[in-house]
Amino acid sequence: MSTMPGALLANLLQFVLLLAVSPLVAGCIRTLKARLQTRRGPDVVQPYRDLYKLLRKGMVIPDSASWLFSAVPYIVFLTAIVAGLMIPTISVTAPLGLFGGVLAVVYLLGLGRFALALGGLDTGSSFGGLGSSREMTIAALAEPAMMLAIFTVAIGANSTSLSEIARAAIGQQWRFLAPSQMLAFAAMFLVLIAETGRIPVDNPATHLELTMIHEAMILEYSGPYLALIEWGAAIKQLLLMTLLLNSFFPFGLQPDWSAASIVTGLAILLLKLLALGCAIVLVETSNAKLRLFRVPELLAIAFTLGALALIAGFLF
Amino acid sequence: MSELLFNAGLAAYLAGAIAALITVRWPAGARILSFGLALLGGLIEVAASAIALARGATTEWTLPSGVPLVSWTIRLDPLSAFFSLVLGILAVAVSIYSLGYLRDWEGRKSIGLLGFFYNVLLLSLALVFTASNAFFFLMVWEAMALASWCLISFEHRDEETTQAGILFLIMSHAGTGLLFIGFFILAATAGSLDFAGFHLLASRLPPWEQGTVFALFFLGFGVKAGIVPLHVWLPAAHPVAPSNSSALLSGIVIKAGIYGMARVLFDFFAVPPLWAGTVVLAVGVASALLGVLYALMEHDLKRLLAYHSIENIGIILIGFGASMMFRALGYPVPAALSLIAGLYHTLNHAIFKCLLFLGAGSVSHATGTRNMDRMGGLIRRMPSTALYFLIGAVAISGLPPFNGFISEWLTYQALLAGFGTTQSLTRIMFPLAGALLALTAALAAACFVKAFGISFLALPRSDAAANAHESSGAMQFGMAILAIACVAWGLGAGWFLPVFDPITQQAMGIGVSPLLVAANGFVISAGTPRGGTISTTGITATLILLSAVPALLWLAWGRKSRRVTGPAWDCGLPGLTADNEYTATAFSKPLRMIFSALYRPHREIQAEYEVSPYYPTAIRFESDIEPAFEKRLYAPVEKVILAFSRRMRAVQAGSIHAYLAYIFVTLILLLLYGARA
Repeated sequence: MSTMPGALLANLLQFVLLLAVSPLVAGCIRTLKARLQTRRGPDVVQPYRDLYKLLRKGMVIPDSASWLFSAVPYIVFLTAIVAGLMIPTISVTAPLGLFGGVLAVVYLLGLGRFALALGGLDTGSSFGGLGSSREMTIAALAEPAMMLAIFTVAIGANSTSLSEIARAAIGQQWRFLAPSQMLAFAAMFLVLIAETGRIPVDNPATHLELTMIHEAMILEYSGPYLALIEWGAAIKQLLLMTLLLNSFFPFGLQPDWSAASIVTGLAILLLKLLALGCAIVLVETSNAKLRLFRVPELLAIAFTLGALALIAGFLF
Repeated sequence: MSELLFNAGLAAYLAGAIAALITVRWPAGARILSFGLALLGGLIEVAASAIALARGATTEWTLPSGVPLVSWTIRLDPLSAFFSLVLGILAVAVSIYSLGYLRDWEGRKSIGLLGFFYNVLLLSLALVFTASNAFFFLMVWEAMALASWCLISFEHRDEETTQAGILFLIMSHAGTGLLFIGFFILAATAGSLDFAGFHLLASRLPPWEQGTVFALFFLGFGVKAGIVPLHVWLPAAHPVAPSNSSALLSGIVIKAGIYGMARVLFDFFAVPPLWAGTVVLAVGVASALLGVLYALMEHDLKRLLAYHSIENIGIILIGFGASMMFRALGYPVPAALSLIAGLYHTLNHAIFKCLLFLGAGSVSHATGTRNMDRMGGLIRRMPSTALYFLIGAVAISGLPPFNGFISEWLTYQALLAGFGTTQSLTRIMFPLAGALLALTAALAAACFVKAFGISFLALPRSDAAANAHESSGAMQFGMAILAIACVAWGLGAGWFLPVFDPITQQAMGIGVSPLLVAANGFVISAGTPRGGTISTTGITATLILLSAVPALLWLAWGRKSRRVTGPAWDCGLPGLTADNEYTATAFSKPLRMIFSALYRPHREIQAEYEVSPYYPTAIRFESDIEPAFEKRLYAPVEKVILAFSRRMRAVQAGSIHAYLAYIFVTLILLLLYGARA
């Protein structure tokens, strides 16, 4: 990884991984959920078909929209990829780790969300405004909980670099049993659910105006633009899941980017993602969507868990 | 060199003020002369302070005062030069903007008068940042306050404006009173009024006097900076001033309070007591959070921006407070990092807040309103203004790759370092402050989605907005300078950080930029081995590089896809109108409900109907929030003061005999006091 071509190769590999695996993860979660609810559901490659189809379809731009409307999908897609290159996936060394750590990831996703919310407002339809308003509110409330959980792991590693955080975790394989780590993991899990727009915070499968958040914002997007936004959302989900997994359970993270490491690392990563996906599906199936104004309570729980994690780390 | 230049800049401001008075009956001349000279002065001050900063040395000289026993000593040390640089940049941008902005004023309002106060404000600010003598400092401080007051009350025919001006004046003078006492205590110990004699002096005082001095200066300067709960004048006063003046007031005048704090806390104090740092940090967090929470409820664009000033002052004070705590605990490197974070945010906030106020000025100039719910769709009518405002909005939300992100990143790193290095119980404060900073930043992003989205996007909400016009070239140029500055200080942070070395050298004896800057300035690191790193240049380059991916996707498949324009989904109603759009009030509704314990919102709906309540013919909706500080904190105080003054009226009965008696009694008492000595 010290050489320039090696670094480029790692970046390229992770880039392909993000683009290629993210629809698969989304598809797996969708299929698993359908099976758990005794439906057949679409098969796991359905998101690829959707993206391919959307990319070829024509699109309708609202006549009330400005140039910003067209810029938003690119910003959402690109910020998700750049943030994705900053997290360790297969190897402990994140390809773009030098350019930013966990704070950069959070703020790049924030930039994408900022753009998306503006895109929602740009259409002039009330749904867009409704979605933007709710999305920004929930994101704002999730932020302090996430930061507390992040601080808990960052303090352990004495660094905000995600590679260093993973390395510190590898040093002590059973650390996740420590109270502070477990609490921080719980806080992060709740934040993950809020950030990726899943039940009980948001329902990714609904277009019912009373409840939708993410879908309301992107209601006017169609064709290739919608493809970019959906793909960006899938990448964001993949990267947040990987971030959670590799910060708390760094098993199987490879020391380098050699061919053998890539194969084993990828296999272990996919297994871990599947396990976390199952957990998400369980939560989604066993819970009803919360009323919008009950969501702050859920996030307050996440904040409390984060604060307790810090205090636990302080005591033990 | 910098001495000569600096004096030349002062002379330009002075000339601008005089020229404005001379040409007061010739509007075009007043505009070009007074603001042209202010522009010249700004340019010279930028050069002077840049040279002083680059050299890192301190120069001191005395202006002829003409008054015996009073020396007008100017000292350009690194800290002063830094604030002068910020002032100079803003003076340049705002002066250029004003050249265009005031064109419409010709024949309607007095440009000469505005130009005079404007130049006096710049002159007094330049001296506030460099005065090195307590008497001289207080004098220019007062001049600054009076010039600000004149600018705030400039449109004095409006009742709201006059009220705001009076509130500002009262609070400002209360603050100055505290400063007087603070300087008296220091001068009594030092035996002179020179700042040079105050250096590290405060830490040699007995503990309770240290506490008093800290409290006096913190509150005195805090009024000017707008810390919670001394902030109430700020959202009232800043929006009512002419927009070019609001930009200066929020951009740099409140920074005079920050400068004063930095001067006292990092120059007069060697090591401030630990509790003082804790107080500053806590006040910083409270200001940041409450500032943004109140900003969210505003639909007056300029008031919204004014509340954000309170928020950002809070973020600056988080850096300062952390720095003080680290010094008290004995960790110089994190102390320097926190101070840099605070100062960097001072610079950044000055730039983007000035930019946003200028943008708001252009918008309210074009639409004739400050109410966001009457704007909308301006991105099409005013494309350049919209772009600059958007850059400012992203920067103030702390998002990469602009400058606000860098200073917030540094602040997080400083807070994180606090937990890592110190062992005291107070360290739990650092991550909690970090979490609340995260909440603040995310709420700020929500607020600027609202500010930009409601004002500039979608359909025009009024005829004025539909017929708005783009601002003139000079106004655009003024904003462009600041927008470029937002980008430059975002991407170029690695090359700028060494500038802070002489400042931290002076304050805590170390320069930390070698620890912070890596890879020739392309990467900034947290200053600890294996600590976090960030590279805004790298992120931007990667973003640009990766935009090839959507381009390739488009080439592969998208090229064939048709792109048509059509109406947005209107739920089957006959066409989408501006009435269907989300308003600023609607946008912040979820937060109003979630934080209702703070806001105590009140709303009133009156519907008129003929057949059934489900088919109203007219609806009147009213919603407001309770101004908690005004009602709970200031109203009782006001009541006490009024009651007391009513009592005092008995003493001041208007009888000359009674007054003579008072004078006589006072004289006797003084004579007795003198005889005793």
